[in-house]
Amino acid sequence: MATISLQVNGKSHVADVEPRTLLVELLREHLRLTGTHVGCDTSQCGACTVWVDGKSVKSCAMLAVEAEGAAVTTIEGLATNGKLHPMQEAFHTCHGLQCGFCTPGMVMRAAELIQRNPNPTEDEVRHGLEGNLCRCTGYHNIVKAVLTAAETVRGGAQ
Amino acid sequence: MSDQGLGVSVARKEDRRFLLGKGRYTDDVSLPGQAHAVFVRSPHANAVIRGIDASQALQAPGVIAVLTGADVAADDLGGIPCGWTITNKDGSKMVAPPHPALAQGKARHAGDPVAMVIAETRAQAKDAAQLVDVDYDPQPAVAHLNAAVAPGAPQVWDEAPGNVCFDWHLGDPAATEAEFAQAARVVAIDLTNNRIAPNAIEPRAANGHYDDVNDHYTLYTTSQNPHLIRLLMGAFTLKVPEHKLRVVAPDVGGGFGSKIFHYAEELLVLWASRRVGHPVKWTSDRSEAFLSDAHGRDHVSHAELALTADGKFRALRVRTLANMGAYLSTFAPAIPTYLHATLLSGPYVLPAIYAEVKAIFTNTVPVDAVRGAGRPEATYLLERLVDKAARELGIDRVEIRRKNLIQPDQFPYQTPVALQYDVGDYPATLDMALEAIDYGKYAERKAASEQRGKLRGFGISTYIEACGIAPSALVGALGAGAGLYEAATVRVHPTGSVTVFTGTHSHGQGHETTFAQLVNERLGIPVENVEIVHGDTDRIPFGMGTYGSRSAAVGGSAIYKAIDKIVDKGKKIAAHLLEASVADIEFADGKYKVAGTDREKSFGEVAFTAYVPHNYPIETVEPGLEDSAFYDPKNFTFPGGCHLVEVEVDPETGEVDVVDVAIADDVGVIINPMIVDGQAHGGLAHGIGQALLEECVYDADGQLLSGSFMNYTMPRAADLPSFKVGNHVTACTHNPTGIKGVGEVGAIGVPPAVINAVLDALAPLGVTDITMPATPEKVWRAIQAAQGGAA
Repeated sequence: MATISLQVNGKSHVADVEPRTLLVELLREHLRLTGTHVGCDTSQCGACTVWVDGKSVKSCAMLAVEAEGAAVTTIEGLATNGKLHPMQEAFHTCHGLQCGFCTPGMVMRAAELIQRNPNPTEDEVRHGLEGNLCRCTGYHNIVKAVLTAAETVRGGAQ
Repeated sequence: MSDQGLGVSVARKEDRRFLLGKGRYTDDVSLPGQAHAVFVRSPHANAVIRGIDASQALQAPGVIAVLTGADVAADDLGGIPCGWTITNKDGSKMVAPPHPALAQGKARHAGDPVAMVIAETRAQAKDAAQLVDVDYDPQPAVAHLNAAVAPGAPQVWDEAPGNVCFDWHLGDPAATEAEFAQAARVVAIDLTNNRIAPNAIEPRAANGHYDDVNDHYTLYTTSQNPHLIRLLMGAFTLKVPEHKLRVVAPDVGGGFGSKIFHYAEELLVLWASRRVGHPVKWTSDRSEAFLSDAHGRDHVSHAELALTADGKFRALRVRTLANMGAYLSTFAPAIPTYLHATLLSGPYVLPAIYAEVKAIFTNTVPVDAVRGAGRPEATYLLERLVDKAARELGIDRVEIRRKNLIQPDQFPYQTPVALQYDVGDYPATLDMALEAIDYGKYAERKAASEQRGKLRGFGISTYIEACGIAPSALVGALGAGAGLYEAATVRVHPTGSVTVFTGTHSHGQGHETTFAQLVNERLGIPVENVEIVHGDTDRIPFGMGTYGSRSAAVGGSAIYKAIDKIVDKGKKIAAHLLEASVADIEFADGKYKVAGTDREKSFGEVAFTAYVPHNYPIETVEPGLEDSAFYDPKNFTFPGGCHLVEVEVDPETGEVDVVDVAIADDVGVIINPMIVDGQAHGGLAHGIGQALLEECVYDADGQLLSGSFMNYTMPRAADLPSFKVGNHVTACTHNPTGIKGVGEVGAIGVPPAVINAVLDALAPLGVTDITMPATPEKVWRAIQAAQGGAA
């Protein structure tokens, strides 16, 4: 067992984990933050995407011990005081989610994408989401949501 | 029109919990004392199990129990039943071999569960599963259809000689032969419909809890139809009376058919919980899902079309081999028969059809419904054949379809393969799609592509599907073991808000919003004041679940029927309050009125009176305002339309780029256009995935070579364009909603349009055939072969 300390959604945690424990297992099973999902075992689907120190990371591809000292943000930490992040809001208004299972990872990835590239083209959005699988939406409305959120954020910054 | 009723794109009520990470999926449920199960699965496609030594595993840290087929037999658990029986051509019944929950003496496909390891943590169970020593004696196996029917092929089941599960037919062979005998032209095609994996992004999971104090069982499971699972467990597998059994399907992360069926793991976690005294949870890995979720499609067909010299269709004959896998999954036999052969008339006037379907056992994962289920196979066959006919007869591909489409004034239209289509306007959807893609300027786009060194192709598919499954008496006569009605309870609360309990299940379809819109449409109550409850057998009286695009058409009709009863009861209460005759009370816009007067009572006042009956016709009308209804469909519903695809093929690499997709569907009356479009988008991605990317590849020995997302190609955002989606509505004539269904249209309509587009692009190079998925390698090889190069 290893003892690690990290911040998750602004809250400090100390946890005893096996060296092989994945970050996603720490989040889901130890901290009961079940918004982060597991959809595959080969780091292809992206349902487990979270932010580690502000960068989107597949939490199934990172050991919990690697998150020592890190600040992790999960989908549960994205809204502030009950107010949805513009990406969450855009997924709602554009019908960018159906079953909701890929949604947390998709939203975390997309929110980071528009931070890095505030004015993406449709093509950049599609390529930027290549690490996240969705079986329900055909991506059509997800792409629309990401472009809409980018526009909202740009508008807000002006 | 209400601003929340039919035809309004109300934003989804269910979104908030998903967007906040507060959805509650099966794997999110952890119970006090939770234990975890991991399955030991056969690595061999066919092997005798000589023995299982679990002694080492039992000593591993945290291990609670290791259970095997012998324990299953000792406790008399029933085998997994098949819900449909097909009658052979000769009148005998299909071969339905046993399907034990854990293999007994023999494993029949790679992935067949052999033992179940239960431990305190999942990691411990996984570790211990590695220590279970199974002594396998591998036997020759067979995976592919043509190999399975070859003389001397390994036999999957002794009781199924030649690996034939059933040999069935539909249609009039004599009339068909007569048409072929005098046909001016006959066009033939051989096709493979590739095997695909359903791949909902949420893997299957089950968490079983046996309460020994009350002798009660609770199962949380990733199911599209919890009541059906309870019924099958109660009657066949766990053999526990239904009042002792609660099945909860909480939030479910997509189904696409794969979560319809009763799987062994559901029964085993409950049984194991009873044995070990802990709740037992199993969650599938993705690689495990490839080896244990029912697959879809996997047909090999030969088809011939008889035509007049000017391209009128006269007759169709089809011979299909359908892969069943090693065991019969719940609905498996119905897919290549009643959901496939019955669709072979498509949207066309086709006077004679004869179809023969042989279902074949192989040492592979069972095959059952995946989005579309049988109808994509029929559509692919017909639309590839029609395109080939157009080319051979020198007729434009749009025009050959136009001249054979059933015309709007020909409904109701009786096909030669049992179905009677109630309504449609196929020329309208054809024209609408052609306009959406700007077909008139196609030549310019093709020239522009060529300028860039790309081969452009145009593909078309005019299709029909049958959904709104299904009239109970009809499916009973055809071999179904269950009725396919749907149930609803509508509870009006004293202050006028409403809870609807539906037997359908929402796992992405948005019922919590659309069904609330149905209530709004009829009762005028804001959708915010309507809650839709689904997925819990303890809360919902009964239901048959969600598949076959049935939820709105059948489940929505049950809700309408229950609302009718409530409106009628309210009339009696309103008549009393308004001191009028019941016959004079009208209900509209959320108000009961005395006809021809301005005297009225709001629905809310009537609801309140029903629960606070101080001034109430108590002698003749019971208090309360709640009613239930079962709606049994009178016919299937028949969505149809036209799907158009343009592709660019890179002749150097064989890469196919889908550059434009325009579709026009007729899915009947639309509740929520935003959600309907979203369903079409998802289906299109599924269909394009099948056409270009996805395939479960088995080697000759039954090993699945594409068993993870590393080597099974799922459609990604960059593989797809934005879609142009249009609708032309003709209302279903036989249900009270007018709804036909939309969940499967994309997966059914688009695959042949994609392949027809690829073949159109490659036609100048002499390529005349390509199999799905049209991967760059296959396209490149086809180009090389046609050009006489080394392929």
